Amino acid sequence: MHGKRVWGTWVLVVALVGALLWPGMATATDEDFIFGLLLVGPYNDRGWSQAHYEGGLYVQEKVPGAKMIYIDKVNPADRPGVTIPQLVDDLVSKGAKLIIANSDDMKDGIREAALQHPDVYFVHVSGDDALSGKGPANLANIMGRMEYGKMMAGFVAGLTTQTGKIGYLGPLVNEETRRLAASTYLGARYAWTKVRKQPEDKLAFRVTWIGFWFNIPGVTADPTQVAQNFFNSGYDVVVSGIDTTEALVVAGQKRKEGKKVWAIPYDYAGACETAPDACLGVPYYNWGPGYVRLVQAAKSGQWKAQWLWLGPDWSDMNNKDTSAVGFVPGPALSDQARKALDAFVADLGSGKVNLFAGPLYYQDGSVFVEAGKTASDTDVWYMKQLLQGMEGQSSAQ
Amino acid sequence: MQRAKGIEVKSVVVQVAATLALAFSFTTVVVLLSGEPPLAAYGHIVAGSVGSWLKVAQVLRVWVPLVLCSCGLLYTFQIGLWNIGVEGQVILGAIAATAVLRWGAAVGAPTGILSLSLLAAMGCGGLWALAAGILKTRGGVNEIFAGLGLNFVAVGIILWLIFGPWKRPGIASMSGTEPFARELWLPTVAGWRISPYALAAALGVLVLTWWTLKYTRVGLACRAIGRNPHASFLLGLRPDRWMLVAMMLAGGLAGLAGAYQVLAVYHRLIPAISSNYGYLSLLVVMLANYRWVWIPPIAFFFAALNVGSIQLPMMLQMDSSLAGVIQGSLVLATLVVHGWARRRQRAS
Repeated sequence: MHGKRVWGTWVLVVALVGALLWPGMATATDEDFIFGLLLVGPYNDRGWSQAHYEGGLYVQEKVPGAKMIYIDKVNPADRPGVTIPQLVDDLVSKGAKLIIANSDDMKDGIREAALQHPDVYFVHVSGDDALSGKGPANLANIMGRMEYGKMMAGFVAGLTTQTGKIGYLGPLVNEETRRLAASTYLGARYAWTKVRKQPEDKLAFRVTWIGFWFNIPGVTADPTQVAQNFFNSGYDVVVSGIDTTEALVVAGQKRKEGKKVWAIPYDYAGACETAPDACLGVPYYNWGPGYVRLVQAAKSGQWKAQWLWLGPDWSDMNNKDTSAVGFVPGPALSDQARKALDAFVADLGSGKVNLFAGPLYYQDGSVFVEAGKTASDTDVWYMKQLLQGMEGQSSAQ
Repeated sequence: MQRAKGIEVKSVVVQVAATLALAFSFTTVVVLLSGEPPLAAYGHIVAGSVGSWLKVAQVLRVWVPLVLCSCGLLYTFQIGLWNIGVEGQVILGAIAATAVLRWGAAVGAPTGILSLSLLAAMGCGGLWALAAGILKTRGGVNEIFAGLGLNFVAVGIILWLIFGPWKRPGIASMSGTEPFARELWLPTVAGWRISPYALAAALGVLVLTWWTLKYTRVGLACRAIGRNPHASFLLGLRPDRWMLVAMMLAGGLAGLAGAYQVLAVYHRLIPAISSNYGYLSLLVVMLANYRWVWIPPIAFFFAALNVGSIQLPMMLQMDSSLAGVIQGSLVLATLVVHGWARRRQRAS
């Protein structure tokens, strides 16, 4: 009894003394520029969040004095009760001058925080507050033109499939996810009809949404199960649209069982490592250069509430310093397909092929792009439905 | 009497200290094994929760719903019920508040709509608790099973609403509903991170709970039935009815906490709207030895841990799940220490 009381006192004293002795952040010098990064998933998810985390490391490397503070797993399921404005308060009190929020899910929270801290700069990834004018002047947006990456993913899927059935493991339904799923479909259809000369109606492209960017047990559909269902019902290529690598993991397992199946992960250049023999390639984001641009704008006082939608560097889309999106061919991709992909990429880059050229129809038969026209950036950004030829729900039922 | 009280205070202090010692020695070992400095880790948690007024305000923001739920649980614990359904009651309160705000956004008069949403939340939380209570008193279903079952149903309802009828236009996402207009947020003072109204309400509920339990018929009945239902029945009390009253009071306060989560914290409905505050409150009350006077400090400590632990991934790049280890081991330590205390009590 006595011993326990002593123990408790000890721990309390230790905790308090620790707090007093802790020196805190080294005081920032004039050269230092601290920026905060809020990651929706784990920093090492081999997907969306890791790509951002490495973008942050790139900024530290390229911008003298830049220092990153990050918090990962910023979502109400992993951190109950924690809100975006609260984390922004924390980051600002640590000296952060610019804060990057990496998820669509943080849109409302980051807007609120930007209003609370008018002297701090904010970047909301994938959002459009700076485009729609809903955000304050200290809030900018950045996104990669992943449509191209997804077209390439769809292209290799269309080239590779033997059953003519491609599954798309979708996150939640919104404008961003619709346009990315549609881009994948357009790439697949192009490979299927133009390269393999197969009839269009023999290609099945199904989108299954899980309800969030990654698996939340009990809340979303389980992506592992969704991927298994695809493979078990004749779909031999699954393209992932979610933040994490379940599709590829399941494809790797199915391969071990002797099934000829493939998957295409998403977001992170190193994603194929999880199951190389099943990986056809990965369309990925390279956030570093865009982040550097925004950090330098904030540092030099040249800040604008801009909306950046950065494309690939067509001369070398896997260039770390210039290209915002890229595609790494996977070990499972055949040499023949690889050659066809190179030609496809060259045609996309030169503008010879534009998959957003009309006529294109929405799922309900209404016109998305008229014949003879091509979709504008805002047409693509605000895509209202999936396209005709795709199966799966376009919005909430 | 005075002496008995002294012993009780002492036993609570010892229990809290033992729990802390157990939990923190365990987490210290974990931190050491992961090669991180435990002193710095604890230092960051303390500095990150009470290091500045802003942090304290953030802690108070978590403290409010914990106190509301804990006060409600005092009634049910006093009468001898284990109201684990408190989590679902928080969710139902949040749903009711959201329903009123969605409907009221078009009607106008924000103050009226806000008050109405609070009432609706209390009503709905109370009714949800009543359901568990009726299952217990009429159906003979243990309130723990009834409560857990109803928690699952509540989660089902909230997921269905967010993905279905209350979805954002053109979007199907578990992110949550469209945020409410600013005039439908619980009013606060510029620069504050905690609504003074919420703080005042939590303090008011504390005082009211103390007064009710100590001086009113409700408190007397709860205590008498909790100690000996058969004797109290012979004395003319109806345990069934009083249990339903206690459940409704607990559910009402939990519902209020749910409304607070919607109106003051998230400003929309999200799947994890309860933030597990219901379950956490059960621990607060157990750790407080079912005494109202210990609830504010223990709730504050739990809230501080919630808020301060975010510093670990931020400042030490410690794997973010270590914050969960601390909380998890606290939960376990609470159970161990309670078992130990009960055995001692029985032995003496």
